[in-house]
Parts: sequence; C-alpha cells; structure tokens
Amino acid sequence: MKKIQYERPVIQRLNAGVMNKFGTKTEYAPVTEIDGNRVKDLITKFGSPLFVLSEKTMRQNYKDANRAFKNRYPKVQFAWSYKTNYMNAVCNVYHQEGSWAEAVSGFEYQKALKNGVPGNKIIFNGPDKTESELRAAIYNNSMIHIDHLDELYLIKELATEMNKRPRVAIRVNMDTGIYPMWDRFGFNYENGQAWDAINKIMLNDKMDLVGLHAHIGTFMLAPSAYAVAATKLSDLALGVKLKYKKNIQYIDLGGGFASKNTLKGSYLQGADSSPSFDQFAEAITTAILNAGFGESDLPLLILETGRALVDDAGYLLGSVISNKRLADGRRATIMDFGVNIMFTSFWYDHKISPAQEFSQYTEDAVLYGPLCMNIDVIRENVTLPPLKRNDQVVVHCVGAYNMTQWMQFISLRPAIVLIDLEEKAHVIRKRETLQTIESEEVLPAYLKEIKL
Amino acid sequence: MKKPLINVAVTGLNAIDSPGPGVPVIRALRDSKDFDVRIIGLSYETLEPGIYMHDLVDKTYQIPFPSSGVASLLTRLRYINSIENIDVLIPNFDAELFNFIKLEETLRDDLGIKTFLPTSEQFEARQKHCLNEYGIKHGIKVPHSKKIFSIHDIPGLRAEFTYPLVVKGQYYDASVAYTPEQAVTYFNKISAKWGLPIIVQQYVYGSEVNVTALGDGKGNTIGAVPMRKQYITDKGKAWAGISLDDDELMKTTRKLIKSTKWRGGMELEIIKTREGDYYLIEINPRFPAWVYLAVGCGQNHPEALVKMAMGMPVKPWKKFDVGKMFIRYAYDMIVELSEFEKISTLGEL
Amino acid sequence: MNIKRNIALSDSGFVFNPSTGDSFSTNPIGLEIIRLLQEMKTAEQVKKAILAQYLTDDATFEKDFYDFVNMLNRFNLMETEEKDEKATN
Repeated sequence: MKKIQYERPVIQRLNAGVMNKFGTKTEYAPVTEIDGNRVKDLITKFGSPLFVLSEKTMRQNYKDANRAFKNRYPKVQFAWSYKTNYMNAVCNVYHQEGSWAEAVSGFEYQKALKNGVPGNKIIFNGPDKTESELRAAIYNNSMIHIDHLDELYLIKELATEMNKRPRVAIRVNMDTGIYPMWDRFGFNYENGQAWDAINKIMLNDKMDLVGLHAHIGTFMLAPSAYAVAATKLSDLALGVKLKYKKNIQYIDLGGGFASKNTLKGSYLQGADSSPSFDQFAEAITTAILNAGFGESDLPLLILETGRALVDDAGYLLGSVISNKRLADGRRATIMDFGVNIMFTSFWYDHKISPAQEFSQYTEDAVLYGPLCMNIDVIRENVTLPPLKRNDQVVVHCVGAYNMTQWMQFISLRPAIVLIDLEEKAHVIRKRETLQTIESEEVLPAYLKEIKL
Repeated sequence: MKKPLINVAVTGLNAIDSPGPGVPVIRALRDSKDFDVRIIGLSYETLEPGIYMHDLVDKTYQIPFPSSGVASLLTRLRYINSIENIDVLIPNFDAELFNFIKLEETLRDDLGIKTFLPTSEQFEARQKHCLNEYGIKHGIKVPHSKKIFSIHDIPGLRAEFTYPLVVKGQYYDASVAYTPEQAVTYFNKISAKWGLPIIVQQYVYGSEVNVTALGDGKGNTIGAVPMRKQYITDKGKAWAGISLDDDELMKTTRKLIKSTKWRGGMELEIIKTREGDYYLIEINPRFPAWVYLAVGCGQNHPEALVKMAMGMPVKPWKKFDVGKMFIRYAYDMIVELSEFEKISTLGEL
Repeated sequence: MNIKRNIALSDSGFVFNPSTGDSFSTNPIGLEIIRLLQEMKTAEQVKKAILAQYLTDDATFEKDFYDFVNMLNRFNLMETEEKDEKATN
C-alpha cells in the first residue's frame, strides 16, 4: 500500500470574525521557483537563507517607469538611488538601462565612480558631505544638492579656492499635504528659506544653480503630493528665470514612490493600493507642463526612484528551524532569517509563501527569526500551511533597503544571487565568513594570549 | 409572459444589530415585477444571518476578507462564477468597495459579471478627510473641517472652530468633544485605532436627515427618498424612520448627483439646522440598510440598479410616498448545526 | 489520555463539542487521530496506526502528536482526569 503524504495534525476553533480561509489560498499559494530556478535547488546550491534578485523584474520595472514618464514628458532622467540597493550588480543593471547615480554619502559616491558612472552624472545628496568629498564632487563636475547653509558657505569657499564653478542644486522641503512633512532636509519653501538660498547662490555668482530638488517622503501613496511638489519647484524655477534670466536645467523630484509591499496596519494590500508609475507620472508631468515654462525652457525631470524599481525584484529564501507552541496556545515558527537581514519587516507585513505544495489546511502563526532577541519577529500574524523543520519559504518584495540595511548581528549575512535574463544564477555577494567579520579587527598583542 | 431570471450576487448579509444592507437589497430585488432573481449570497463570516435565510438567499459562498486583497477575491469569484454564472454583483460594504471597484472591468470582461459602482475617483473624493474640498467643488455646504496630525494642533483649533466639535477617524469612529481636553482624549483613542490623520469637524446643531439615492452615472438622479430616524439604537443605527417631504433636501441631493455624476447607490447624511441650512456630513458610497423604505415608498432602487447594470432602460421616479415608516425588528431563526458545519468547513451553503 | 466521548465529528473535519457549544475544524489526519482516540486507543496504538499509513517517522509524529493533544486539552476536548498527567509524562 502506498503511504499518504504526511502533514501535521491541526485543529482550529471556528470563531466568528476570524479570517476565513475560503478563497484566500492565493495568499499562501506555494512559490516553488523564481525565474526558472527551483527554490529548493537555489538553497541547496547557495545555502539558506539566501537573497535572490530577478534581473528580469528589475529591467521590466525600469522600462515601465521610463515609459510612463517619457510618454508624458519630453526630458526624463532616472538616477539610481544607491542607498536602496548598492550591490554593484544591481547598480549596473540600472546604469545599463540608462540611469545616472544618486549617492548620499562619500562611500556611495566612490562606488558610483568605480562602477564607471561619469562624475557629471552623479547626484550627490544628503546632509553629511565632508570637505574632501565635496572637493571631489566639485572636481568631477557632479551635481551637488545643498542641504543646509553651512554646506552652501563651504562650497562657496571651495569654489574660490579651487577656482572652479560647482554645479549645485538646493534641496527644498515643503508642505504637500502629507504627514509627516520632511522639513529637516533642505530649505523650506513656505517660509521663504528656499528662495533665500537661491538668491544667495545667484547673487554670489561662484557656482551654477543647475537644479532644484525635493524629496517629500517615503512610501508615498498619494500621487497628488508629488503634483504639489512639482508645482512648487516649478514656481521657484520660474522665479529664477524672471529675476535672473537664467533657466534652471533640471527639477529633481527625488524618490519615495511606494512599492507593492503592505505597510503594517494598512487595511488594503499594497499590491492593490500602491499607485502605478502611470499615476505618479501623470501627476508630476501635468504639474510641470502646466506651470508656465516656455516650450524650450522645460527643465529636465530627474527621478531618484529606488524602492519601486527594485523591491519586488528581491526575494529572501529561508528555511524553518523549528515549531513551537507559545504559552497562549499560538503556533510559533522559527525561521533561519530574522530582522538582522530583513530590516524592512519592522514596517511591512511582507508576503510569505511556502516553497512546497500543501493541502488547503492552514494555521495562524507568529514567525520569528533565529536571533536570541525578543524583537526578532518577522510576521506577528500569518496564515500558513503547517510548516515543518527544513520546509522552505519565499519572502516577497525585499529588494529595497534590506541589502543595505542588514547587519551582522549574531549570525553572518547570507549570499545574494542574481538571476539573469537567461535564468542563470550568479552570486553577486558571497556568504560572509568569520574572516569577513574579523578582517578589520585589530587585537592588541597583550590580549593575544588567554589561559582558561 | 414569463419574467427573465437574473443571477444576482449580494454581500452584506449581516442583518444584525448594526445591519448590512444585503438582506433589504435582496428583499427589494425579490419584489421586482420585471424579473425574477436567483440570489447568491457572499459572506465574510459564518454567522451572518442572511446565509441561513433560504427563502431570500438561494446559495451562499464565503469570500475572503477585503484585507486579503484583489487577487484572492478574484480567484474566489472566478470559482463561484463557474458554478453560479453571476449576472450582476452588488457589494454593500464600504470596506470592500475599493477591491470591487478595482475589479470592475475584469469582472465584466472576463467573467461577464456586471456591477453598477461609483468610479474610483468618485469613491475617493468623498472620503471624510476630503469633505471640505468636496463641498467647495460641488457647491454643497459642509461643516468646516480640518485634518490634524498631533494633539499639539488641538489648542490652536479655537481660532477656527467653536466647541463642541466632532473628532473623527479617517475611516470609522466619531466622538463629539465639548472641550479641548475631551478632544485630546478622543484624538488619542481614535488615532490609536484608525491611525492618522484625525479629522476635526465643526459640530452643527440641528436634526439629522438621511437620503437614499441612486445615480445613473450621467448626472441624473434615478430615485431619492429622504428619511428621518425616529429612534436610534445605542450603536447609532436607525431602529425606525419616516419618509419626508422636503424639497430643499431633494434639490441638494439632485445637485450633488448632477455635479458628481454619481454612479450607483448612495446614502447622504445631512444635518438640517434651525435656520434651514443643509450641511452634508457624510456620503456612504452604497445603499443604506434602510433602503427597503424606498421600496415601501414606491421607489425600488435596488431593482433599478440591477436594470441599469443589465443595460435595461430605467426611468427616473418623480414621486414617492411621504410619511411611510419603517420599523426594524429582530427575529430568532432556528438553524441546524449541520448548516453551520457546511458553511464553516466547505465555505458554501 | 481520554478524549471526550460525546464529541461530534463529521467527514468534513468539523468537530463539535456539545457540552460547551464550541466548534472546530481539523485536517484529515487530525480527524483520524480524534477518531482513534475515541476508540480508546492508547498513544502507542495511535502512533502505530498513523505510521502504518503516512509517510513520516517516529520522532516527527510523536512531537506533532503531543502538540495536537495539547491543543485538544486547551480546547477542552479531553477528559480532565488526573491520570492523564501520567500518560503524557
């Protein structure tokens, strides 16, 4: 007699008000392969946990975004946001598609140069740029986005000293009707700071004001807020034209477009409620086209979109370490990945799929990571089939802000694999070893010896 | 002549103390002189009374909760439609409308299921936090309101508002605050549950009147019946109500539908002040639970909605009976455990 | 280890406790275990029956079985007799 496939016995109380399982199977429908590669094979070959990036999805997202904006506006330029994911392989996929680079620190700036991005196609953002980093950016003709007055004065000094005209933009913050208002970055629009800074640059005539930049928030679900930002930046640009007879070359609306992730506490699924590139493009380009620029004066529109381009191209594969029963009777499943490598689980309810077939029976569970830290919770409540030790899962939409915010804490960081357009898997970052961690450590001689 | 049979799927079968509109909508459809209906109930929970009302509902299927997203809902509807061949679907909950509006085209083109819903622009524009702009745009008086994000905004409210004011959550919940201290309390309570922003609205003294109405999507009001609640339950729901003769109110309703080109059923919540001004306080983008009063007054709105969804001609009503009342009552059904078992384990009954 | 005798079971996996009015849903293997327990089978006999039918091993099933019985206890589906303590130790 052939034996029946085993599944753990489960029993659940039928409660009024509890999520019913009928028709919800798509939520936990198994995902057994990614771009033609079986999850099981990937884990066997590269270990668990494992980050996997789909080049196909990355390029497709870029094409979708690019098309959405170019169909509506004549001059569009994307700049890859390094902080979102600065794996060189990822950056270069976007650079091959035509993206410039957007860096927010000296080391990201160096990475962009090293990747072969010409200095004049690097945008240098952020509140912390050191004197030597600014020197390099001025030397390379990069676009320097000024965040505060101290920086403005420092650049002025360097310009004199280096006898070179830096290409600068100012970062503008403003009320776009959304909360929270990011008024800690750049110069405020409503209270006149921004216009003041512009005048300081224009009257001093040591640098070229080439652009205006705003970055209104993160994970924005309201395209209308971008329309407000585009209108206000256009207004400043037109003010410059009127007063100084000079055209602002570009308007940079930063990033912040929401991805398909679901924010914690959100009632609707992110995949349904996040606006499309077309909706963002419509709001932004309409605002600029209607602002009152002459046709030949239309500024270049720069977008620093990161998350919406890469988030759903990233997957995290992992395995079950153990199952437990909590004191209150809830099922707890411990995975081999935690908040240490999946920082975004602090703010999203990531979609998690089993990587093998199951019956339709499910259990409500808490998913924990492997750390001996109470905060290591991946999902506070998730409905999954009865997983057993060594079963595998796929976490979706982890391409943004994880591979740059992960930390080596308690366990080492896993490998990252990129699946190319021919469905071949390439390691783009190796699994860390003890040596990786200790390579920068220095042990004083007198501490070398221990006796126990 | 034999009446045509139309398969209509209906949600909102929770005819409980805070009732959904599903059961009254089904009663209205069963009253139709022009067509017969087979009713396919769509339920979220296993104890929704409509599931067990076999004289009203022919078959019920559980559907996934709105929070599980469009993809799950579509998968389930595909399955249900493969058995039931649904002609028209009438969603009756605010929380599920986002998903159904999103699916409208797919349902029509892929599954042949027709709906008659507001557009997503109409749906979004009437959200509570947009009411100020809405009033200005459509020339309707609305109580002054403001979005706030912090309790530190509350002391400054005196410049624009006079107490009492209404503290509201973005989607649900509202409390009347008579002092800034109370406003702080409600701010904390409601924001903890429904998040930010909190909407502060000027409290308007007067009597609340409600209108159930149906727009054809081209600006015409197909039907509208105003009602005043005569008795309210402790959940703020009407227990009894009476249809009103109020030309001003009808004018306001027609003006709003004309200006918004509202498509589908709606309920307007309006405060009529002693001075005779009408302030719109809320628009519900679906029929109210008391929609059967309209049928009793000679306007069968759900029937007209199904006709419009099916592309049948519909003439706007010119009148309705004034002074008709509805009185809601509770009724204990006796249900076999085996029925509960079926809906609980198979998701169908 | 005695399951309450009056528990009603149906093939769909519906479990009803008539003395409390609670109802539950279980998967096919859970249903089978409850049926075996109702037939007064011991833990050892249940294990034997399941291992004969399903692709699993001794240790895995034992762990899952005690977890399942623990849930039956939590849901008040087991007789609360002192001697049960011994059986599960």
